[in-house]
Amino acid sequence: MIVVVFGVFLLTILVVTAVAIVRTENLFVAVMLMSIFSLLMAANFFILDAADVALTEAAIGAGITTVIFLGALALTARREEAVSSGRMVPLAVVTVLAMVMIWATFDKPRLGDPDAPVHQHVAPWYLEKTPELIGIPNVVTAVLGTFRGYDTLGEVFVVFAACIGVLFVLSAGGLRDRSKEADAESIGLKHHLIPKVVGRLLVPFIVLFGLYVQFHGEYGPGGGFQAGAIIATGIILYALLEGETNALRALPRRVLLGMVVGGALLYTLVGVAGMLLGGNFLDYSVLASDPVVGQQVGIILIEAGVGITVCGSLLSIFHAFAAREAS
Amino acid sequence: MELTLDILSWILMTTGGLFVLIGGIGALRLPNIYTRMHAASLTDTMASILVLTGIMLQAGFSLATIKLMAILVFLLLTGPTASYAIANAALLSGMRPDAAETSPDKAKTPTEPSA
Repeated sequence: MIVVVFGVFLLTILVVTAVAIVRTENLFVAVMLMSIFSLLMAANFFILDAADVALTEAAIGAGITTVIFLGALALTARREEAVSSGRMVPLAVVTVLAMVMIWATFDKPRLGDPDAPVHQHVAPWYLEKTPELIGIPNVVTAVLGTFRGYDTLGEVFVVFAACIGVLFVLSAGGLRDRSKEADAESIGLKHHLIPKVVGRLLVPFIVLFGLYVQFHGEYGPGGGFQAGAIIATGIILYALLEGETNALRALPRRVLLGMVVGGALLYTLVGVAGMLLGGNFLDYSVLASDPVVGQQVGIILIEAGVGITVCGSLLSIFHAFAAREAS
Repeated sequence: MELTLDILSWILMTTGGLFVLIGGIGALRLPNIYTRMHAASLTDTMASILVLTGIMLQAGFSLATIKLMAILVFLLLTGPTASYAIANAALLSGMRPDAAETSPDKAKTPTEPSA
């Protein structure tokens, strides 16, 4: 009961936030509201017992996306241009679509209904077989890493392709003049001594927590996507505090690109190794003498690949935005 | 013992919630950015101490308590720092902390110089 009340409350604020995002003309406010929207969404996922998704939403949606949006905002205008005409057609389309979607929800099973088709299909099999075949407590990780290994491989390549795409689009214009950079560095956060000190204190712990989420993903909520985002957050914080040049000195662009490519390659190679050892592509059972141990080794390796790719992609995109000259 | 702990944690959490409420009212009603932030940041810090201590009493001696302590330390470090950063950014972007300025509307129409 209390969960339902809380859920309705959260969803109501979610709708209010969404309307506010659409209504505001100040893009800076819109970005902040998007961050709040993501945080509310994460809370929503959490009360629906989807802790893994909640962690991803909080780290990527509320954390990194906000920074990347702000980086993009620094390159463009702060205010949305007023649109005076041509709004009726989109309004009509959206209204019709919303009606169709609301109408479609009448056929949906009730929330948490055990007889719902989604709970009758493969989910019981996953829940039943995971302890026996994989031997790890977090079924979500087992599904992501093993049962749906192809899907996750696809997701990693989506991240990979998205990163390459963003880098292509952003490198089209002029990069910032290198000679000005020393100047920008000296300005840095000179006036912000306290955030700098506290931030320096926090960066190692954020990265450590990211590693915990990475390698604890088999036992609790977490895994490569979340960990990659959390580690990237820590390094972006470092870049914000110490200046972009220093962050690039610690992790140069070619290392970041190597991470983007290397993570995806690691994942693929684990699959190929399975083939060479006599199994199917992405069948980890053959990686060790005991099939259950083999599955666990496979999951750890592919999760590492996911984490490396996600971290490298997010940092590359951040640096690509930060390196652009405001026009 | 159990009951005492429950009552104590209930008092702590309710007081914490009250602080958040006061902070929210302050952030809505106070006249300029510095006073608003003053309301929101101080009450938030106090509320996080109270609420998390209340939850810690509920958790007892367990791993959860240590995690809650870590969260508390994190919040105590970052919350005030964030408030400081916002205030500093406001100051650098040219907002003067003017005591005479009573509301954002009045600030735009400068009051006549008193003789």
